[in-house]
Amino acid sequence: MIINHPLLGPRDSAEFVYKGDATLIDRPDGMADGVEDAFHDYAYMRDNPAGEHRELWYHEQGDRSWLVVTRDTLTHDISKVELARDVARAMGRSR
Amino acid sequence: MSQSNRIDGGQIDRNQTLKFSWNEKWLTGHAGDTLASALLANGVKLVGRSFKYHRPRGIFSAGSEEPNAMVQLRKGAAQEPNTKATTAELFDGLYATSQNHRGSLEWDLMACNDLLSPFLSAGFYYKTFMWPKSFWEKVYEPFIRASAGLGKLSMQADPDRYDHGFLHCDILIIGAGPAGLSAALAAGRAGARVIFADEDFRMGGRLNSETYEVADQPGADWAAAAVAELSAMPNVRLMARTTVYGAYDHGIYGALERKTDHLADSGGRPRQVLWRVYSQRAILTAGATERSIAFGNNDRPGVMFAGAVRSYVNRFGVAPGRRVAVFTNNDDGLRTADDLRAKGIEVTRVIDARQGDVVVDTQGRKGIHKVILNNGNHVEVDCLAVSGGWSPNVQLTCHHRGRPTWAADIAGFVPGGELPPGMTVAGAANGVITLSAAISEAHTAAATIASELGYSGKSGDAAKASDEAADIKPYWHVTESKKRAWIDLQNDVTSKDVKQSHQEGYRSVEHLKRYTTLGMATDQGKTANILGLAVMAEAGGKSIPDTGTTIFRPPYNPVAIGAFAGRARGKDFRPFRLTPSHNWAKQHGADFVEVGMWLRAQWFKRPGEKGWRDSVDREVEMTRGSVGICDVTTLGKIDIQGRDAAEFLNRIYANAFLKLPVGKVRYGLMLREDGVCYDDGTTARLAENHFAMTTTTANAVAVFRNMEFARQCLWPDLDVHLISTTDAWAQFAVAGPNSRALLSKVVDDLDLSNEGFPFMACAECTVFGGTPARLFRISFSGELAFEIAVPARFGDAMIRALMATGEEFNAVPYGTEALGVMRIEKGHAAGNELTGQTSAQMLGLGGMVSKKKDAIGSKLAERAEMNRDDDLRLVGFQPVDKSVLLTAGAHFLTPGDPEDMAHDQGWMTSVAYSPELGHSVGLGFLKRGKDRIGEVVRAYSPVRNQDVMVKVCSAHHIDPEGGRQRG
Repeated sequence: MIINHPLLGPRDSAEFVYKGDATLIDRPDGMADGVEDAFHDYAYMRDNPAGEHRELWYHEQGDRSWLVVTRDTLTHDISKVELARDVARAMGRSR
Repeated sequence: MSQSNRIDGGQIDRNQTLKFSWNEKWLTGHAGDTLASALLANGVKLVGRSFKYHRPRGIFSAGSEEPNAMVQLRKGAAQEPNTKATTAELFDGLYATSQNHRGSLEWDLMACNDLLSPFLSAGFYYKTFMWPKSFWEKVYEPFIRASAGLGKLSMQADPDRYDHGFLHCDILIIGAGPAGLSAALAAGRAGARVIFADEDFRMGGRLNSETYEVADQPGADWAAAAVAELSAMPNVRLMARTTVYGAYDHGIYGALERKTDHLADSGGRPRQVLWRVYSQRAILTAGATERSIAFGNNDRPGVMFAGAVRSYVNRFGVAPGRRVAVFTNNDDGLRTADDLRAKGIEVTRVIDARQGDVVVDTQGRKGIHKVILNNGNHVEVDCLAVSGGWSPNVQLTCHHRGRPTWAADIAGFVPGGELPPGMTVAGAANGVITLSAAISEAHTAAATIASELGYSGKSGDAAKASDEAADIKPYWHVTESKKRAWIDLQNDVTSKDVKQSHQEGYRSVEHLKRYTTLGMATDQGKTANILGLAVMAEAGGKSIPDTGTTIFRPPYNPVAIGAFAGRARGKDFRPFRLTPSHNWAKQHGADFVEVGMWLRAQWFKRPGEKGWRDSVDREVEMTRGSVGICDVTTLGKIDIQGRDAAEFLNRIYANAFLKLPVGKVRYGLMLREDGVCYDDGTTARLAENHFAMTTTTANAVAVFRNMEFARQCLWPDLDVHLISTTDAWAQFAVAGPNSRALLSKVVDDLDLSNEGFPFMACAECTVFGGTPARLFRISFSGELAFEIAVPARFGDAMIRALMATGEEFNAVPYGTEALGVMRIEKGHAAGNELTGQTSAQMLGLGGMVSKKKDAIGSKLAERAEMNRDDDLRLVGFQPVDKSVLLTAGAHFLTPGDPEDMAHDQGWMTSVAYSPELGHSVGLGFLKRGKDRIGEVVRAYSPVRNQDVMVKVCSAHHIDPEGGRQRG
């Protein structure tokens, strides 16, 4: 596969390490009350869609960017590639 | 027998005569021959024995679809089994032998299998070898294993080299027949960057084998001119001897180039290169493969594809027979007769199924000599040319699960469904099997694609040709034949097997394939699949498209495992990482051990030491007695800087880091998000916003990756930056009571007294008069100890200088084994304890996990199950009988309890012989371990055959108060 890195252009997927579902960005706040179930889901629950999937890839043999890649798991068609940091900020994550 | 069947014409070089050895007999051929054409030229018809029945077999095709003529090429370590004689290019000195027979090829002892054929039909494995049950392992399996397979491996390491490479292009054109050449000319002239690959050593495809005319010249001449024009284009890369074997994602194709297979001696160059081709677009012009007709005894040597007969006659100048009959269901067969007559070869009969004439049987054990027709006529022959029509080579169109569709006009499957993105199919591969139509379709496709990609050069016109007659009447299988009729020659599957499989309920094509093995092995059913499907359709009373089709996976043709491995084999499987002291260690008797990708010194053997224990015991004793030095460079090092570095670390580690003072080091415990212990190490605060972290050797890469994840994805606005410095610093542990005295002579201007540089202190400093360094007072051995780091380029000088300076203290280098002994004596957890199932509580570190902050894993580490009081705890063990050497992996049992999992009390994780204590010591997890100090339990290891009593003790076998390391 070829991943169109937002900063570096098209790169072979062999340069990347796969992590999985991009919902891993959405980590609950451990200092809030009653987040045990949320952490359980965060650590263990993943969707496994046949179709469009947003997932995390790490450019380990490259610039060490974490990316959010939107990929169709049936066709491997990649429709969007974003810097995970931008995605995280857009989700309201900061410090 | 000197090329008695060589005739005029062909694209061989008669000025170059090549000698080759076939079954230990020297024969000759010419440059441009394949092994198959050279064998036929010499009148050799019988070339192998069939897979199951050991039937005599000859050459059936003239290409990579060959199911029969597989040989062992070369000898010694380079011997390669199952090489197709039809694609093996002849070279001077070629050595080949036939395979799959016991005794000689002519008198194969295994031919008795043919008489047993009633017992060896489809599924015979599952039926015949069922009982008695005890026979399976002792009788049946060894027998089957001895009989199975075709060629034999040399059982030696492959002496050849293989390589990998990467190529990029606008358009990849696959197959250099008339359509491919036409496409390449159109795309090349337009200016597109083209890669043009063909598996043959001579480009031109069927044009080399037919008597067609293109652009008013013989087709082969036009092909040669087209190749010459393409060779002159700087934007076109021609790759002959290159099989495109797989269509992968995003326009990436796998291709195997045979670089030196056609040479007697590779001259040190790689034998084959596995290319990864990145293309914008691809044009598949892979042509079509002829198929047979199933009739009685249709597998005899001398029965051959009609198209192959034309190839041998027209391209190779070889007569596959002198009296040839043709059996056909289409116009192709008639063309064969014409071509043969043009060469003066007698055509004894044209048997056209469209007129109701069919072959029901043949005769001739080691070569066909008679054909028997349905009208009772006998025809004397020495070759029978068979044509059942042509099947488009759709394989690559299926690699993304596209399913071919049936085209009635050619009675074959054509590309259907979704093609791999970017792929276009043209010519015979697309079902356009006549010459002019194929050339013009491919030209238009290529010109259009080039223009879509922005190339504006003139593609010119498609070459002029005419369309040959291509009438066909589907005819698959002579039902009036009483004799066995072969569908799949390579797997010895007959029409009876297909019908039987249908009868026994295997009615999906995929089941048929697996039950009968039809379409498996090296030819992947290129000549067999459609026939099998047709017979099955007939048995089920359905049409072929309703019966279904198998689709194809890569590879199109077999690829040697060596080519996939490339250079990554043996010691080169992965690169080695060498520590900065490697050369020095090698000069001083080190034995090395692989740790991840690193080679680390395991121990340093000295003269007179009989085994590793002698060396390790000495290294431990000398370290604890005076001072020892160990290269610990392999531990992961991460440099962390930024205004929020402390805050960041506080979230990465489970224990508190925010208030670590500058100039201090702290042990840190990392959890996974599920609360399980992940990694540990020490982190030093070199400045307010500057930390130096160490990780375990094994997790160095993954910890860095996870920290980047936390930095970029979890807390994107923390001001913190990371860089891996594992390779940047050479780091040495200097341990033992004299370590301070030794380092005082090494480090410039730093007060190393206990007050000036206490336990867990760190500093940036210089050594040996100005070399930059970092000093940490940390101890893994439990002794007074330091770690000193210098930039990696000074590592070799540093170890030499340390050892020279240490001479007066009798300093000793120690390896990973002594390091392990000392950490077990001291009770430090390491890889054996951090198994991915270990909680902080189990390690006795539960108190470290701060509940006052939100660090990775801290929330789920609070779960009740991970904090049970009766859970496993890390404790120490000593044998009651001090002479016993303990065994890691032993399970603990309360004396008197039965040896089962219900009574399991935990297990021993690490053991070592302690030279200081004079007996074996162990670490392990024991239920309620901390409350059971002093208790005696059983350490039971049925695997290692050990059953001993051990006394539970503190994990800190040595210096439990820690006085030494703080002193």
